[in-house]
Amino acid sequence: MAFIARRLAFYVVAIWSAVTINFLIPRVMPGNAVESAISRFQNLTPQVVKALEIEFGFHPKGTIFSQYLQYWNNVIHFNLGVSTSQYPTHVSTIIGQTLPWTLTLVGVATVLSFLIGTLLGVFTAWRRGGAFDRALPALMLLQATPYFFLALLLIQAFAVSLTWLPFGQGYSLGLSPGFNWSFISSAITHSILPAVTIIATSVGGWMLQMRNVMLTTISEDYILVAQAKGLSTRRVMFTYGARNAILPNIAGFALSLGFVVAGALVMEIVFSYPGVGFTLYNAVTSNDYPLMQGIFLVISIAVLSASLLADIAYAFADPRARSRSAF
Amino acid sequence: MAALRKLPSDAAPAAAPPRGRLGTVAWMTSLGGVYGRLPLKAKIGLAILGVYILVAIIGPLLAPYSPDATSTQSIPEAPNIHHLFGTSATGGDVLSQILTGTRATVVLGLMTGVIATFLSVLVGTAAGYLGGYADEGLSLISNVFLVLPALPLLVVILGYLPHTGEVPTAIVLSALGWAWGARVIRAQTMSLRNRDFVLAAREVGERPWRIIVFELLPNQIGLIAASFVGTVLYAILTSVALAFIGITNFSDWNYGDILYWADNGSAVQLGAWWWYMFPGMATAVLGMSLVLINFGLDELSNPRLRSSRSLRKLGKRSWRPADPTPVILDYVEGSL
Repeated sequence: MAFIARRLAFYVVAIWSAVTINFLIPRVMPGNAVESAISRFQNLTPQVVKALEIEFGFHPKGTIFSQYLQYWNNVIHFNLGVSTSQYPTHVSTIIGQTLPWTLTLVGVATVLSFLIGTLLGVFTAWRRGGAFDRALPALMLLQATPYFFLALLLIQAFAVSLTWLPFGQGYSLGLSPGFNWSFISSAITHSILPAVTIIATSVGGWMLQMRNVMLTTISEDYILVAQAKGLSTRRVMFTYGARNAILPNIAGFALSLGFVVAGALVMEIVFSYPGVGFTLYNAVTSNDYPLMQGIFLVISIAVLSASLLADIAYAFADPRARSRSAF
Repeated sequence: MAALRKLPSDAAPAAAPPRGRLGTVAWMTSLGGVYGRLPLKAKIGLAILGVYILVAIIGPLLAPYSPDATSTQSIPEAPNIHHLFGTSATGGDVLSQILTGTRATVVLGLMTGVIATFLSVLVGTAAGYLGGYADEGLSLISNVFLVLPALPLLVVILGYLPHTGEVPTAIVLSALGWAWGARVIRAQTMSLRNRDFVLAAREVGERPWRIIVFELLPNQIGLIAASFVGTVLYAILTSVALAFIGITNFSDWNYGDILYWADNGSAVQLGAWWWYMFPGMATAVLGMSLVLINFGLDELSNPRLRSSRSLRKLGKRSWRPADPTPVILDYVEGSL
């Protein structure tokens, strides 16, 4: 398990970097975040102004090092400050309300996209020059399309022209979140278009990578031997071919997660989906710096945790990874 | 297909026998040679990109109206003879906005590509060539940059620098976009490091920077090109997304700015498809040209990836170079 230990150490460094970057940004950026927040919101009480100043390192108390320790203390206790745009709500409360929406939507859509893309990649490689292979250029176009543009097209087609699906918000107005069927069904129908957007734009990448590795794998001698033995096509394709070709896709999962999440954030803005992406957008447009930074921190931790899980899955899938040292 | 008759190793500069020191002239010829042997996909991609670069240079002169022009109307006008791509709700000509915005979009992409690729090459070759603690440290840094979610970080940083122009945006994009290239270049440098020609150069007493610039870099020019194209794609898609969110400068009419106004003006709800369709397609086609170029570069270094084009006809059946089932299919067909 030396591999997992090394990966764990790496993610500790990565999380430390994310927190440190977050600490440094307001201190090295030109302009005074507090002043812009104060000028925007006249109704802030002196205590809040003071708290903001301490948080962003203006009129600092103590050395930068003691501020840094204080900052870490706050992060560990999930004390991310007070939102200036939704004053006096705590940033952690806002994130707590929005994060489940994003985690559910992006999580389900990403896993579906990975599974569909990998499976399509296997078939495409097996039937090289077939229908799927010829469709690759179309998928490349999707890959090069901005998420939000595709989202606009889907809204135009399915929500405005055909009026099959609702769009905007996470559930119908007039419903309140709870465990009842009308709310859940409303939430599901509202999430179909966003999920399709994520899947459509990311499935091509998984498919392409799987196809390329699979092409190399199926030209190996042991595949030929397996076929010569008379094993069924399905067995050769999946147990002999895909089983070995999937490793780079799993390894790539950890690295591409950041891109998928980034796209999903922008997609949320188009759909006004009540997740962290839309909240980040609102925070930026209203200069709510504590909220912006809190969201970056939470997204980083979520992405890093998911990457770590993908790495552990990789260690189980590839015996070589467990013995090899890799950073 | 001319490409078919060439041996795989002949078509792949990455796999070609390593050349030693290259002078400027040799560099140029080698680049020219690479273009001549590019697969069709890369040539199409380069042609499309060329059109965009041309528009970036002369587009603002071609624009029939000022992109900032407004009129007293309050509804977007559908495409007509005066406004080929229609207008925005305030009467801005969408075609003029696209022609003007191409410059900002393409320049930002290329600028980020140059800065980030320079960083990738610097970190990648240094880590791969030096090895040891330098490698561990540099790899750690690049891997951290790889896993940190770049877009939220960009949003936070640019949120502190509201409505900045192209140069600061390009610098921030580069600072977060160099890591992938560095990783790939490091791996290639490590595999080249112990080849005979590098060892010979070291034995002769060449300085490390000379070995890196004149021995290692010429042998990974294909990889560096691919990394450059990938970074430009990332920069264009990200900058369009950032402009769409509305945190970069509006006055340069990046494609994302047009889309920002379209989304803000409820173009979708109004059914004003031309308002977002044309800038969106302009982004997608530009992205597509870059993906095509990278596909071509990939196929150049790995001939197995070529799709249906490399089918060979033998008898009535078409054979693929890596066909998984020749024995069985042949047997079944023969017995029928």
